[in-house]
Amino acid sequence: MGARVAQVAALLLALTVTAQALPAPLGFSELYVVQGVLDVRFTDKVRKLDGETVRVKGFMAPPLKAESDFFVLSKEPMMVCPFCSSAASWPLDIIVVHLDARAEPVDPATPIMVEGRLEVGHWVDPKTGFVSQLRLRGAKFREL
Amino acid sequence: MNFRLLCGAAALALGMAAAPVAAQTIYPIDRASILAGSKFDLKVEFPAMIINAVGMRVTLNGQDILQTGNGNPTFIQAEDGKLVSSLVVRDMSLSTPGTYTLQASDGTNTKSVTWDVYATPANPVAKNVILFIGDGMSVAHVTAARILSRQVVEGKYKSKLTIDSFPQMATIGTSGVDSVITDSANSAHAYTTGHKSTTNALGVYVSRAAVNTAHPRVETLAEIVKRKTSKSVGVVTNTEIEDATPASMTSHTRSRSDYDIIVEQQYNVRPDVILGGGAANFLPKSAPGSRRADDQDFIAKYRAAGYPVATTVGEMQAAAANAGNTKLLGLFHLSNMDGVLDRKFLKANTVKTYPQQPDLTEQVKAAIDVLSRNPNGFVLMVESGLIDKFSHPLDWERAVYDTIMLDNAVKVAVDYAGNRNDTLIMVMPDHTHGINIVGTVDDARTGEQMRDKIGVYQDAGYPNYPAPNAENYPEKVDVTKRLAVFFNNFPDHYETFRPKLDATFNPAVQDPVSKFYVANQKYKDVPGAMLRTGNLPRATGSTGVHTADDGIARGFGPGSDQLKGFVENTEIFRIMATALALGR
Repeated sequence: MGARVAQVAALLLALTVTAQALPAPLGFSELYVVQGVLDVRFTDKVRKLDGETVRVKGFMAPPLKAESDFFVLSKEPMMVCPFCSSAASWPLDIIVVHLDARAEPVDPATPIMVEGRLEVGHWVDPKTGFVSQLRLRGAKFREL
Repeated sequence: MNFRLLCGAAALALGMAAAPVAAQTIYPIDRASILAGSKFDLKVEFPAMIINAVGMRVTLNGQDILQTGNGNPTFIQAEDGKLVSSLVVRDMSLSTPGTYTLQASDGTNTKSVTWDVYATPANPVAKNVILFIGDGMSVAHVTAARILSRQVVEGKYKSKLTIDSFPQMATIGTSGVDSVITDSANSAHAYTTGHKSTTNALGVYVSRAAVNTAHPRVETLAEIVKRKTSKSVGVVTNTEIEDATPASMTSHTRSRSDYDIIVEQQYNVRPDVILGGGAANFLPKSAPGSRRADDQDFIAKYRAAGYPVATTVGEMQAAAANAGNTKLLGLFHLSNMDGVLDRKFLKANTVKTYPQQPDLTEQVKAAIDVLSRNPNGFVLMVESGLIDKFSHPLDWERAVYDTIMLDNAVKVAVDYAGNRNDTLIMVMPDHTHGINIVGTVDDARTGEQMRDKIGVYQDAGYPNYPAPNAENYPEKVDVTKRLAVFFNNFPDHYETFRPKLDATFNPAVQDPVSKFYVANQKYKDVPGAMLRTGNLPRATGSTGVHTADDGIARGFGPGSDQLKGFVENTEIFRIMATALALGR
């Protein structure tokens, strides 16, 4: 009996821990409220999740280097490397991902799931000069 | 260091840091044509550092350039910290027409270039100029636009496009200083300055300067009109207003991607009417949606300068209808606006987020309403810019609908010009794409593969697009028998033989390891999709590319008679300057 109680308690504990650790899902369509060209706001969900661990499904844009701890997550596969082409510009709904370790890039057409701590607000990367509004820090990803 | 100070003492001995291995490089380049009285920067780049300048001699038609008092000379002894010297004379201008020889000697090597400075008649023949640019618009775009919007039966069109009625026509050469193939910055720069330049450059000759804005500048059409006349200036596009073509009216940078700088330079010139997308670079960096790297708020700056600001078609039309408004800033999208096929029919791409974008016809109407309040006239550039942005990813249907829209927008201008006989209208591409109509694709045709359903020659017959609506658009593009249109240069991609109804075609993506562009697997499972192995370089050919084929320019109204035969793209500037008598 005592063993079973312990087992159930352990299971409940595990479930609780799992529930607590599970990052909140966040979709590209949930990032901004566009009420007009000059009135773009972060959604309540984004503002609430600032600093929390979230998971976002998207595509890895062509990175600058073969191995990197930094990439751009986009809603759709990116056709061109905007770093490399002066004629291209990034779409507005992108998330900059800072990995907790360097990683090999994946095919830009392969969907990936990224988990990381959401950071909201303007930031210029001092190393690359890249301007971003949304970032995932300490992130990791897997192919879907 | 100021050159006059440097060589104030005339008896300096010449000394070079290293033996020169090459001759000087001079900007403006040899064979440049320069509008009399227009401003330009002279730059002489010496191949080595000049320690003592006495042997250095730069003459214009034999006269020491420093004795002419023309422009503001600066001698840069160590340019960008390197062991090379340059002489830069900012804001020169030559008011007397003729042939000029600029000779530069470092005491050892001498190099000379010859410029043709041309004047214009004393009296303008046109009060207004409207320059329409169909970015990337090639012969097949126009033909397909005519087939879809005017219908062709038994070999004859039922009616013609508006641009088909233009009496003047010329083929245009679009090559640049550096390359036979141009980009939209370089080519638009030719129209707005009369000078050839280099890929990605706007309003400058590309020199060895390290800083994008430090290259020798040439004055732009908007700047000349603002400086020399009392006319108004307008810039209208459906791309980002800071994108290459509209930017060419006001910008001086080596890189078209300097969006923050371009917005600032545009503000400094202050065209009276500015309508387009690209609001992201007008917002300070703290605003969500901003793409700026600084805190400048250009919406606030324009408001403070007296511009009404519109962000929807309704606001734009209301501002234009207000008889007191002689200025107007309209920004209808954070980035590029949507094409007409998406806005009016498919509701794809970003139309649901920005449902109140104006049509190019409405933008042109609003621009002319506001600009024509100036009794002295106006100069207006209008770009249908998405023809190019859809042709790059091989999405011909969207490009052709936007060509129809351009023709509709030209109609608005022609209706204004009417019998006034004071408005020069020209319509042209800035470069071409490799696009052709080869027949039809018929779903009902027997065939194992989709390519077997293509009809050529007598098997092509005619497509079954519905009759155009009142705005000249067939309301259905995914018909069972459609035009077979192919691009002749492309990356690896899946040819689906069908319009892409959900979003613009995205043919290739970059392989992260090889860095080569490979076919986007998203289209692999479209029924009938066929893998086409690309014929462009795998490492750089992400999309279809511009071609060197001549563009076709069309002209209407006073001053358009010079548009004939073959013209360099720089001559388009000369035609406008001549019509407006800007070189008086």
